[in-house]
Amino acid sequence: MTKMTNLNNTEKEHRILSHTDVLPDVPEDIFPMVLTSATQELFECRADEDVTQNNPYKLLKKDDILHDMKARAAVSDFHPVKQTVLNYPGEELLLVFDRDFKYGQSFYLVLTEEAKQRILQEPEEESEQYVCRTPEPQQPWVSLGSELEIEEESVKDTRERLKYLVSRVRKKFGAPVNFTDRNALESKEGYIECTSYQDRNFRLIQMERNSATQAVLNLKSSATQTQRTFPRNMYTQYKPRELTEEEKENYMSSENLKNFASSAFSRFEIAIQQNKIMDVFFDDWQALSEGDIAFGGKADTYLKEYQSFTDLQFSKDKSISCIKWHPTISGVIAVSVTEKMSFEERINGSTKLLLNPPLILFWSFSDPINPQLRLECPDDVLSFDFCPSDPNIIIGGCMNGQIVLWDVTAHAQRLHGKRSGERRTTSAYPGSFMAFEEDKENEIPVLLYCAVSSIENGHKAPVTDVQWLPENFEISITGVPVENQNQICVQVVTCAPDCCVMFWDIRAPRPAAHSQAERKQKMEEKQLENPRGIPNTFKYLDLSWKPLIKVYESVAVFVNETYKQCHLNMAHTHYHYIIITRFDIYLMPEGKVEYALLRVPSEKQLKPLEDISTMFCVGTEDGELVYTSWKLGKDDDSGRLLSGKPSRCFIVHDSLVNTVKRSPFFKDIILTVGGWNFAVWKESVMNGPIILSPCSQKRCMVGCWSLSNPGMFFIGKEDGNIEVWDLLEKTHEPSHIQNISTASITCMKPWIISSKQHFLAVSDDFGTLHILQIPWTLRNPSSSESSVNKYFEKEVTRLMFFDKRKETMAKQKTATEAEEQKKKTLSEKTEEESLAEYESYLTLEKDILKEMGVSLQEEDKPSNEV
Amino acid sequence: MAEVEETLKRIQSQKGVQGIIIINAEGIPIKSTLDNSSTVQYAGLLHQLVMKTRSTVRDLDPQNDLTFLRVRSKKNEIMIAPDKDYFLIVIQNPSD
Repeated sequence: MTKMTNLNNTEKEHRILSHTDVLPDVPEDIFPMVLTSATQELFECRADEDVTQNNPYKLLKKDDILHDMKARAAVSDFHPVKQTVLNYPGEELLLVFDRDFKYGQSFYLVLTEEAKQRILQEPEEESEQYVCRTPEPQQPWVSLGSELEIEEESVKDTRERLKYLVSRVRKKFGAPVNFTDRNALESKEGYIECTSYQDRNFRLIQMERNSATQAVLNLKSSATQTQRTFPRNMYTQYKPRELTEEEKENYMSSENLKNFASSAFSRFEIAIQQNKIMDVFFDDWQALSEGDIAFGGKADTYLKEYQSFTDLQFSKDKSISCIKWHPTISGVIAVSVTEKMSFEERINGSTKLLLNPPLILFWSFSDPINPQLRLECPDDVLSFDFCPSDPNIIIGGCMNGQIVLWDVTAHAQRLHGKRSGERRTTSAYPGSFMAFEEDKENEIPVLLYCAVSSIENGHKAPVTDVQWLPENFEISITGVPVENQNQICVQVVTCAPDCCVMFWDIRAPRPAAHSQAERKQKMEEKQLENPRGIPNTFKYLDLSWKPLIKVYESVAVFVNETYKQCHLNMAHTHYHYIIITRFDIYLMPEGKVEYALLRVPSEKQLKPLEDISTMFCVGTEDGELVYTSWKLGKDDDSGRLLSGKPSRCFIVHDSLVNTVKRSPFFKDIILTVGGWNFAVWKESVMNGPIILSPCSQKRCMVGCWSLSNPGMFFIGKEDGNIEVWDLLEKTHEPSHIQNISTASITCMKPWIISSKQHFLAVSDDFGTLHILQIPWTLRNPSSSESSVNKYFEKEVTRLMFFDKRKETMAKQKTATEAEEQKKKTLSEKTEEESLAEYESYLTLEKDILKEMGVSLQEEDKPSNEV
Repeated sequence: MAEVEETLKRIQSQKGVQGIIIINAEGIPIKSTLDNSSTVQYAGLLHQLVMKTRSTVRDLDPQNDLTFLRVRSKKNEIMIAPDKDYFLIVIQNPSD
């Protein structure tokens, strides 16, 4: 093909492909061609007839070929060699029949003369050549030295092979064999040893060694740890789903609901009525005999005497003015012992009084003979009270108008039980009862008071009642109740017949700088000299105690008399929950409150409490009940703080009011006892008492509510009787009367120790303290609060009704009076008219009589008529 | 609506009845004679109780169903009538 391409590139003229181009292995002077049968017949060169294998040659005339070519032009078989035939020098061309297709076609044309000649002569020569082929003549071998090597290598016998025959001696054939031993070590040749040796080949240290390395990414170790979850408070706040008004209405008007309601109603009706008919869960059997009755069935309202305390030394011929149960220690009761003397006698016998100091005795149930503790008082104590937050602090009001404080923490152990704890040396009284108490084993400790109020600033009359203020609020200087940050009771209220109600604070008042230093000095000095063993708790108050507020009850409204306070009762406080920041409390390690370090905080720091009622009730010496507020208002004229006017005053009792007590069940029901009757009040109803008892024959000395039974209270009488009043049973007379002693009852206090032990402590004028046990019938709440409430409400409505009636009647009365007045004036004016009327009447009478024929005048002439 | 109101009035007039609440199946109050906070509280708690009770009754016997539930306590008695779509709750104080 390269020829072809060369031709195409170099020569521009077109050139007919030569057969040698197509068939490169065909010689140039031979042209294979195909002859058709027509051409074969024409030129008498028919295959296998004219030209055969043995005679393949045919000479063709040039002129014939040319003639054929002209005749048949392109169709002629000789067309491709037209040019060559034209150029052929000779006359005849050789056509060879190529039966074997040596050159690819069945015929081939020889193109040149020389080739023709050659081919015509060739077959003969060629056939000869193929018959035999003689080998080339052998040449002599030339030695190149190789035979020497071969000879060396070959194995030849150098000499003749020798032959030997070896055999044993004949006699030894078949003879027994004798083996002997030989030591291998005897001769060196006996054995061959292969000792081990260090092969020097292996002593070589490899200095270099091929080892493969691999490059790897940097490795880094790291660790993680999940956070440990800990529980944490979570809050959610939700709101209940509610329907809108429209939806509710939709529901209500739906048919579905209607049907449901009507169907459900029948079920409910049965159930509700069932409940009303009978309470199936009420255990009648148990209700019949509830609790345990001591005497098996006897309806017993007798107050059994449990114990009675009297001390021959200290309380004989004396009167007990006040009883108080110990608030925390059960079975301990304290009484204040006073002399039974009138004022004049006191003045006359004052020297004797100084020798025998008045006492407060502590009695315990465990020891009926000896009192547990004696508290010495500066003067007769008419009333005392335990501090509710710390029962070791006792406050008392004396006959000389002083307020006294005791601190019995040192003896608290003793009061708790029979313990021979600390013994305190009793003070040396000049000419006192010490002569009897030489037995040091069972000494009754005497405790002196810690502090007394200053005489100038205190009451001017005997203090008749003291009370602690509750611990959740305190009073500021203006009388506004503010929050109590210490949550302990620190304030006291007292009243006396000098028309004063005073508020006292047991904390040290806010001092100026220098006086504090003074006081400190005083305290340091006095600490050394403390012979009597008085606790220093309230040293700062001693003799300098001033009241916080004074509320004067003398008001210009009531002209006739000034009031003399006798008994006091505080309004109940409403518990107000506030978050209190505690500061200013110094607690000793035992948890005791150090009162000396408490300071009265300034008013600005404290938050006033809104919902504490500042009203209180006071009973007076004249039998009046005053209901007022302790808040101090400002007087416009002088600018001083003055107490407000009382809101209500009622004169109910005939003599001094000796009891003002709130019911433990109802916060607004108050019992007052005085003179010959008692009254029950409701705080909101200020028209009058809702219940007023009839006057009894003996004076009522004291009264107290029952702690277990609402609607029941006890009245103590002058003749030593105790009356049990049950409002739901009888209201005109007591339900039970019992005589306790021959002397007058001076004080009564109920107390509940356990559910089975309800006691009533009663003291009389002889100085004896009786402890009575309230029987089951009286302590069992037979009446429920609701029924008693209902009773009170009924009374209130009655009261209201009566008041209204009064009003209306008064109105009516005035109206009728006015009318009558009118009539009178009217009638005076028309007297003349009435005379005229009378005249007309007379004439009328005459006329009628005339008509009837009974005229007076006509009777004189009867004859004429007939 | 009037019929429902009338029925409620009849129940309310019975002695000792303290309150009536109608709640729908989801526990949302529809009508009540008590104040809102009490109503909501009663509705929420009693709805759950009725569901529990009903499932208990039906678990014991699948062909049974709860018709009435009375809860007696110290102070009062709560009666509940369940239905497919509504609950009617009545609180009564039987000891008055």
